[in-house]
Amino acid sequence: MSKTILMVDDSASVRQMVGMTLKQAGYNVVEACDGREALQKAAANRVDAVITDLNMPGMDGLSFIRQYRTTPASSGVPIVFLTTESDDALKAQAKQAGATGWMVKPFKPDQLLAIMRKIVGA
Amino acid sequence: MSDRQETKGMHALTIRLQDEMFALEATHVREILDPVPITRVPNAGDFVGGLINVRGSVVPLADLRVSFGMDRPPPDADTRIVVMEIDLDGEPLVAGILADKVYDVTDITAASIEEAPRVGMRWPAEFVRGIGRRDDDFVIIPDMNRIIRAEGDRNSSLAAHERTDR
Amino acid sequence: MSNLDPAEVFRQEAADLIETLEQALLDLEKRPDDSELVGLAFRALHTLKGSGAMFGFVAVSEFIHEFETAFDRVRKGEAAADRRLIAAALEARDHVARLIDDPDVDPARGEAILAALKVAVSGDAPVVLVAQLEPVAGVAAPAAVTGWHVRFRLPADALTLGTNPLLLLDELRGLGPCEVSAEIADVPPLDRIEPQQCYLTWDVTLRGDVPQEAVDDVFLFVRDDMELLIEPLSEEGTQAEPATPTEASAMPRAAAVRPEEVAAASSLTAASSAPAGRLPAEPAARSSAGKVERNATLRVPAERLDELMDRVGELVIAQARLSQLAETIHDPALVNVAEEIERLTSSLRDTTMGTRMVPIGSLFGRFRRLVHDLSEELGKSINFVTEGEDTELDKTVIEQLADPLVHLIRNSIDHGLEDAARRAESGKPAAGTLRLSASHRGAEVAITVSDDGAGLNGERIRRRAEEAGLIAPGQPVSEAELNRMIFQPGFSTASQVTALSGRGVGMDVVKRTIDGLRGSIDVETRPGKGTTMTLRLPLTLAIIDGLLVRVGEDRYTIPLAAVEECLELPTGVDGDARGRSFLNVRGELVPFLKLRQVFNTEGRPDPFQKVVVVASDTTRVGLVVDQIIGNNQTVIKQLSRLHSGLKTFSGATILGDGTVALILDVIHLVAFGQKLEERRRAETLGRAA
Repeated sequence: MSKTILMVDDSASVRQMVGMTLKQAGYNVVEACDGREALQKAAANRVDAVITDLNMPGMDGLSFIRQYRTTPASSGVPIVFLTTESDDALKAQAKQAGATGWMVKPFKPDQLLAIMRKIVGA
Repeated sequence: MSDRQETKGMHALTIRLQDEMFALEATHVREILDPVPITRVPNAGDFVGGLINVRGSVVPLADLRVSFGMDRPPPDADTRIVVMEIDLDGEPLVAGILADKVYDVTDITAASIEEAPRVGMRWPAEFVRGIGRRDDDFVIIPDMNRIIRAEGDRNSSLAAHERTDR
Repeated sequence: MSNLDPAEVFRQEAADLIETLEQALLDLEKRPDDSELVGLAFRALHTLKGSGAMFGFVAVSEFIHEFETAFDRVRKGEAAADRRLIAAALEARDHVARLIDDPDVDPARGEAILAALKVAVSGDAPVVLVAQLEPVAGVAAPAAVTGWHVRFRLPADALTLGTNPLLLLDELRGLGPCEVSAEIADVPPLDRIEPQQCYLTWDVTLRGDVPQEAVDDVFLFVRDDMELLIEPLSEEGTQAEPATPTEASAMPRAAAVRPEEVAAASSLTAASSAPAGRLPAEPAARSSAGKVERNATLRVPAERLDELMDRVGELVIAQARLSQLAETIHDPALVNVAEEIERLTSSLRDTTMGTRMVPIGSLFGRFRRLVHDLSEELGKSINFVTEGEDTELDKTVIEQLADPLVHLIRNSIDHGLEDAARRAESGKPAAGTLRLSASHRGAEVAITVSDDGAGLNGERIRRRAEEAGLIAPGQPVSEAELNRMIFQPGFSTASQVTALSGRGVGMDVVKRTIDGLRGSIDVETRPGKGTTMTLRLPLTLAIIDGLLVRVGEDRYTIPLAAVEECLELPTGVDGDARGRSFLNVRGELVPFLKLRQVFNTEGRPDPFQKVVVVASDTTRVGLVVDQIIGNNQTVIKQLSRLHSGLKTFSGATILGDGTVALILDVIHLVAFGQKLEERRRAETLGRAA
């Protein structure tokens, strides 16, 4: 059964790029444009991994990760957050919130797939 | 379909208007229709006084007999509508051309085409691109661009003044 | 959607973000302390930067990085969003737009803009830009490494937080042949086992010439919190002294565990996760300000909507044929289906047209910047007011309105509004008001651009018109006609040609564009008080509801939205032979036009003539017809160039029986009727003289 990835980003172009890359690699992709929608989608779908941007209108990425980690369904689900700079303080904060890993924007499709292999497997 | 073709031969669809034979550029003919209901366009002038439905498109119907000052008897069993795509100043214009009869498609060689005589012709010379010869008959090659432009201009300028003269 | 060029999606998105940024900046100028606006601008920048880089717009991304850094000071409250900053930020926003079109555009200018921005946020002397250097990667690993010994233990909550040790092991295996063993010494007795906790320590011997970074990378996400030992293998695979000091050195050695067993252990985590439960529902409506309101939207290429509209148009025509057929055949079952199809078609049509309707606010927003810039440039203080942003119009119409409106706004600011000194002289407030408003009027949308400036100068217009030969010297011309002269090609009254307007092109182009949209433009001016330009546009260019009527043998469609009521023409109220007279409709005199006469219809009129009362502009007019056939959905087909001069028809449509019917253009038809009336009056006068 193919893995389902929840992709959270307010940028439609990033969602599209990530979505296309993952779908071509055989993943299922569920998209959300902010934290609030992501929580709803995460509640309604069985999710194998989450990719989320941090900077979003509405509910931002950190609040989303924290809230999501309070739900039992999140147990064992890796969360990768997207960040534009290699800011260690931010990484620490996100990991504190419950993130598993991160990806620095910009990234290329093969980098994305490498990360996905790393956290959810092929 | 432009003025420069005067000396070339043409692949022609020959039609009859009143008792004269005319040659239309066959490559620009889209289809030939039996008479269809014609919607009269009030105040548009006789040359393009009608609209027809050609496969869902609204197409103006042009009557060359008006340009050549001919009689216009009502349609009969021989009447056809030749749907043509005419290049008008770079934009394609689809129009129906009313024909009293459609003959056939033929090649008119360049050698047989003469320029229209400036005098001694019944027809307005500016509307004739040349006179071709087919067997013993003369074939009039109308200058469609010029006719449409002239009639169209007349029509729109008249229409702009809303033809209160009728 | 999925086969779209991602770069194109980015461009579209970037256009929206740039727009958001601009609006936020302009709003910020008015409310410099609004932190939500700062956040909005910052987020737009941030998203632009991130997705720009991802789609290869590197120059954009790099520029925005600097822009963002500067703007971050505003976000942190270290710099004020004053006029200077907004101006610099707007410049920067323009540069971003340019960079998206051409990454190589004018780098010097970009630097200058950023420098200005930095000055603006620092509030003092210029700051020299320092190039940011990427940290240089570490010194290359020593050559000829035969492999690595890796020993790791994950933090207790690693499994819960989504780290899968199996994947880490797989990744190591991907680097080269591995021997893996797990230590189970820390695994507690069964009754104390926490199923989601990780008790194991792994020992991996990785053979091969693998750089250390590759091994480090495997543990990229977990390195900081875990016990990890990475040391080079000595010859023959024996262990050397630890190269990396960790707390792991005291870890006991262990029995080998096969990966399958580990898999079984970690599958516990999946099994233990509770079924996905619903979260407490978030309230759908957001904060009352509605600033963050987002509806799920889908971007669809415009051509597809056009295509859809065409298909619906064809469907409507086919449906009309079906209905007509059903009526002739008289089969109740067929009539039923035909009615059902008619209902569905009609609602499909409305939905399709709805998808093409766009609020005009999207267009108005663009003009705020224009007004802002013009105001700076001309040193005129302007109060820009917009109204009716929610008014919806067909997308195609909106797009084509942008240029004409830009021109009208420029004209108002450049020629209409006076400078502060002159305004003071005439007792007006120093700031001029420019009002842009939109509203529905029947089947039309009216858009007005009005200013409280000096108004049109009738004298000067007359002089120009005489010079241009548009009117004879001294020819009597009504004021309205004189005002309309400004729409003539080559007409310009600006005594001084400025860079903004007054080049003598424009107003005629405005008029042509509006005509092309089947709309009209009117000008109203009061000397010293101001000028109002009113554009009237049809709601849509595609399909309308029509009222089908018969005049003699011919059938015509009247746009239903223009129809007020239908009456029978009382016998004896025949009017004059020229087709125009008045009808008493409940005490109000309504002029009527006999279409038979307007259209030179042959044959005898029907004994009981009908009147369709239509509203045009401010007047109501009765159109006298032979028969009212009924409502129909009218798919508008443009008339060809051969008939484009006929203003009394706005287009044609195809009826159920396949014949063509002309669509009446109510406004022009009434104007035509008025001309007939004037002519009649002139003739009567002539005869009397």
